[in-house]
Amino acid sequence: MTADQDETVGARLEITAYQRPAGVHPPLLTPEYRSTQLRAPKQKLVRLPHLLTEVTGPTAGSQPVTALDADLTRRHAGEPLGERIIVTGRVLDSDGRPVPDTLVEIWQANAAGRYAHQVDDHPAPLDPNFDGAGRCMTDSDGRYRFITIKPGAYPWGNHLNAWRPAHIHFSLFGQAFTQRLVTQMYFPGDPLFPQDPIFNSVPDAKARQRMIATFDLDLTEPEWALGYRWDIVLRGREQTVFEER
Amino acid sequence: MRLPITPSQTIGPFLAIGLPWPDGPFVVPEGTPGAITISGRVIDGADQPLSDALVETWQADPDGRFNHAGDPRGAAEPRTPGFRAFGRCATDADGRYRIVTVRPGSLPTADGSLEAPHIDVSVFARGLLDRVVTRIYFADEVAANAADPVLASIADPARRATLIAGPQPCGRAGEFRFDIRLQGAKETVFFDV
Ligand SMILES: [Fe+3]
Repeated sequence: MTADQDETVGARLEITAYQRPAGVHPPLLTPEYRSTQLRAPKQKLVRLPHLLTEVTGPTAGSQPVTALDADLTRRHAGEPLGERIIVTGRVLDSDGRPVPDTLVEIWQANAAGRYAHQVDDHPAPLDPNFDGAGRCMTDSDGRYRFITIKPGAYPWGNHLNAWRPAHIHFSLFGQAFTQRLVTQMYFPGDPLFPQDPIFNSVPDAKARQRMIATFDLDLTEPEWALGYRWDIVLRGREQTVFEER
Repeated sequence: MRLPITPSQTIGPFLAIGLPWPDGPFVVPEGTPGAITISGRVIDGADQPLSDALVETWQADPDGRFNHAGDPRGAAEPRTPGFRAFGRCATDADGRYRIVTVRPGSLPTADGSLEAPHIDVSVFARGLLDRVVTRIYFADEVAANAADPVLASIADPARRATLIAGPQPCGRAGEFRFDIRLQGAKETVFFDV
């Protein structure tokens, strides 16, 4: 029962807020990840009510998305080196509803663990047939699908002998400003998890598992590519009694 | 039974591979009548610029409407041709970003108060494990800002001032300055959304 539902005021603006998940996202200050020390805000965050600007948001990119944008192996003269993989899943909200027609953008290192970026000085080979960027729109069922190659692990300067587990960066709009999410997808069984402060910045062990894709033989295409499944859950709306007729 | 959500992770240093759009900073096309620019720097706790940050903006159109089904008043086609409501700009080597847009309108709230014209901002960067969110208000909207419920929720006027874009020093009309300070004495107000 909601206490103060005033059905008599016709012009009353009903704005349904989104859920505020506690304890899922990493604390901004995670000293083991050194770059957070000078970048994590120190003041307490101010609670922002979910008003019109927050319950609306971008869903699409500025340019039309083509099928080729979701296939990172076919954008150059030849095929990239590496293990060809299919990465697919659904974007859902926490009420289990699919999030359709929303932009998913990814970027990743090549099979040798090298990014096609001038700042990356890891002495591993660049691949002229791989730039590592892809995007697609979810379908009416919230489904996305990429064809790419499995990224390599790579070293970074956080501490002596620090290595990032293999991962694909994901950016999602969802359907509202509140749902915006940038995250990383990891691969099952990676021995580098225990030493990675970024993966372990997520405090809850179960939540960390939700960043790891599942190998799926049913998605795997014979003689061609390994299949990984990864569903992404964005926050849903707050539980309110809704009068919809 | 609710599904547990997927955690956030940092955007990392290589976001430029996947995220910048050629027309990202243009919420409206260049040359749009009444267009304004908002620019500034993203700065860390050692007063150093972030050369690897991404600034995104989201706002109402000049009539205070959204072309989006999430608005309970209904989606409204903007009267400004090419208005996208969304802007995205990666910072340069000096930590600078720049967005070209039009001024948003005021917005109604559920309790009858009016939100002053504002722009929601997300900042992503290496070293930020989740985005940080702030808001841009306009210095010349004195009366509207005084009545804004979100600004009113920040007691300290010095903190509130970090959300106000003023005229760009030595700039022309319509050029606004908004710096984003992640730490330090003038740390920007960031919101829990
Ligand atoms: Fe990475």
